[in-house]
Amino acid sequence: MTDAPLVSVRDFKVGATTDGGRKIDIIRGVSFDIAPGEILALIGESGSGKTTIALSLLGYTRPGCEMTGGTIRVGENDVTAMSETERCKLRGVEVSYVPQSAAAAFNPSKRIMDQVIEIALIHKLMPRAEAEEHARSLFRALALPEPDTIGNRYPHQVSGGQLQRLSAAMALIGDPKLVVFDEPTTALDVTTQIEVLKAFRSVLEKTNMSGVYVSHDLAVVAQIADRMIVLKNGEVQEEGTTEQILHAPAHPYTRELLAAFEPVQHTPIEARGRDVDHPLLEVIGLHAGYGRVENREPTIKVLEDVSFTLKPGRNLGVIGESGSGKSTLARAIAGILPAYRGSVLFEGHELAPDLQNRTKKQLQRAQIVFQLADTALNPAQSIGTILARPLTFYHGLRGAARDKRVNELLDMVHLPKSLRHRLPGELSGGQKQRINLARALAADPVLILCDEITSALDTVVAAAILELMRDLQNELNLSYMFISHDLSTVEAICDDVLVMYKGAVVEALPAARMSADAQHPYSKLLISSVPQLDPNWLTSLEQDPELVAAFSRR
Amino acid sequence: MTLPLRLSRARGTSAPRQRTYVFNWAGRIGLAIIVMWCAVAIIGQWFTPYPVGKIVDWNFFGPVSAKYWMGTDYLGRDIFSRVMMGARYTVGIALAAVTLACALGVILGMIAAVMGGWFDTIVSRLLDAFNGIPSLLFGLVVVAAVGSSIPVLILTLTAIYMPGSYRFARALAVNINTMDFVTVARARGEATPYLILREIFPNIVGSVLADLGLRFVFIVLVLSGLSFLGLGVQPPNADWGALVRENIEGLSYGAPAVIFPSLAIASLTISVNMFIDNLPTRIRDRSE
Repeated sequence: MTDAPLVSVRDFKVGATTDGGRKIDIIRGVSFDIAPGEILALIGESGSGKTTIALSLLGYTRPGCEMTGGTIRVGENDVTAMSETERCKLRGVEVSYVPQSAAAAFNPSKRIMDQVIEIALIHKLMPRAEAEEHARSLFRALALPEPDTIGNRYPHQVSGGQLQRLSAAMALIGDPKLVVFDEPTTALDVTTQIEVLKAFRSVLEKTNMSGVYVSHDLAVVAQIADRMIVLKNGEVQEEGTTEQILHAPAHPYTRELLAAFEPVQHTPIEARGRDVDHPLLEVIGLHAGYGRVENREPTIKVLEDVSFTLKPGRNLGVIGESGSGKSTLARAIAGILPAYRGSVLFEGHELAPDLQNRTKKQLQRAQIVFQLADTALNPAQSIGTILARPLTFYHGLRGAARDKRVNELLDMVHLPKSLRHRLPGELSGGQKQRINLARALAADPVLILCDEITSALDTVVAAAILELMRDLQNELNLSYMFISHDLSTVEAICDDVLVMYKGAVVEALPAARMSADAQHPYSKLLISSVPQLDPNWLTSLEQDPELVAAFSRR
Repeated sequence: MTLPLRLSRARGTSAPRQRTYVFNWAGRIGLAIIVMWCAVAIIGQWFTPYPVGKIVDWNFFGPVSAKYWMGTDYLGRDIFSRVMMGARYTVGIALAAVTLACALGVILGMIAAVMGGWFDTIVSRLLDAFNGIPSLLFGLVVVAAVGSSIPVLILTLTAIYMPGSYRFARALAVNINTMDFVTVARARGEATPYLILREIFPNIVGSVLADLGLRFVFIVLVLSGLSFLGLGVQPPNADWGALVRENIEGLSYGAPAVIFPSLAIASLTISVNMFIDNLPTRIRDRSE
């Protein structure tokens, strides 16, 4: 690190104009350096400005934003002073970009090879044949299967993890000095994330490029970054080496981030005044699917022969990767997607497969909460109206009694009463999710089906929601069925865990001994794939390559 | 008069939120012109200076004068009186037809989107087939069959414009119907009327109103087309479209007889669109 830094950012500011014409600062004077060959991570929750800073290194600001002060120097280039035409010459050659969603970054109607070598052709770096050869060597370096022919495929013909590595190849083809990774593994499953991280790291080690890695996930960043910058509200909170940030955080906000990462062990509550021996929910041989119905069976079968029981006051976690059928299971139990075979027994009574044939009482006792609070709350109704409806619908409350109960509900989820006159669009993500939960509570249920309710939230906010759910469970004697792809969340709130793979339950485990007791190879793979805060985790991780190949559907 | 009514209904439901609906100046001008024409339509008959069908001047296509404020038409009748009476037909028929067409179309569209299945298929295919009949030809057949009267005209125009409104509303409602908040309401056990009125309608009302403004203009135009074929308002009365048609020869003389009815049509259609486009954002873009 003796030589001059490759990148130096000094007192950099970005401002934006809101719809109301008000000027706000997004980045408020950020300074940092990146040495040649160094990987710097930008950490922070959504809205902290991490992506805005990363994009500024390419001389790009999102529409409505503008650079309002400070300087950015990348190599010999003063990015902030350049014209747009000059910046175009910079992008792809000096600085390149790996986006969050590779699926959205690739043109679905062009072959992969044509898109990967585009940068080389646009900047006339090398002739086409040479560029293709270079691309193939990158495919090899990124451990892509069939490196010689994969370029001839179309984007939909490769998996999500492969596409993400191909988008890295696209960024690396021009031999840039700096690569900006914008949350490249956030949208991937944990098992896929590992292969992508490994590929990124080996390429970066070989080429001596510098990198900026934007992420909200400390554990992922710990595997790949040399240094970290913790951001909040467009300001640097703390800067330090990975070791120092993880083991000796100085700033309270960093400690808060790390604390949210600490695994919380769930202590089961005592079921009071309830028949503990009889299961609350019993699912026997449930089959469900989508599509056209033939011979009373849908053509696309998702769930196959799922059985489990849930005792009162206990929480059941359902884990699995995307496409494993966890959400479908919740929908089938709630009756939104009628199961075509099997039965659901709730409080000892069999539930009809579809909603129309269930009684109001049955619907009231089991409520479902969805992942995206943005779409789960009607944007045209005020919070008060949203919470009042289940009260009127199930309990016939009106007038003052209903208003009182709405206030109680808001109080229960730790939100101020004044919020009832607001529209959902005026609330933050965490507040919306609390309202979402309060609406389910308004029905006075005994069971709440939670479909990935913390997945779209920042770690700190999600931890607060989990804390709230635990408190509510103690107070109201609830049971949760908690669906998540995030094992630590499930560990924090559940007593028992179901591991799902391709629509079937492969294993049922007690949550506390999840990592120790897992027997099924898929459960083992899934559990071992969850990133740990330890920077050496990825290096020391040993997974059976055959097992990985068998289960990651390649 | 339907537009102000719609507005007050929206105001009623959101009163507990204590929100004020502020119009900008363009919206206010639009509303003022609509109210003015509605007033003319209702009370105009007592203020016409001359009877509508009476030939008051031997000079046809007469100029603007103190006696005849908008000149005289091709027979020497007073245009000012005829425009005032025409307001009844144009404003009344067009507003009644557009309200009926949009109300029916939107309600059917939302029901089809929420219920889906065979109901959706049957209604959609029927209305698609109906859409294939040319509107003027359909009007001709109806009037030939049952004769021309104001209710028949309104119903004919409604029938012509309802399928388009249905398609539009159904497409919007299908999008809203897949949102999680509708699924939550369904899982709560809500019936179709609640889903339609409380969950879906508030989220499509902005686009539906914009569509209503556009459809209104088309109805005014088709109404004048029907009148030209003799299927519309029967002489000696005339709607504004018919006034333009019957005085069209006066265009070469620069006769006010053709200019003023045109101005009346333009002012009404523009003000309706000005009003709808400038509705308070809270009504117009509630889903955003």
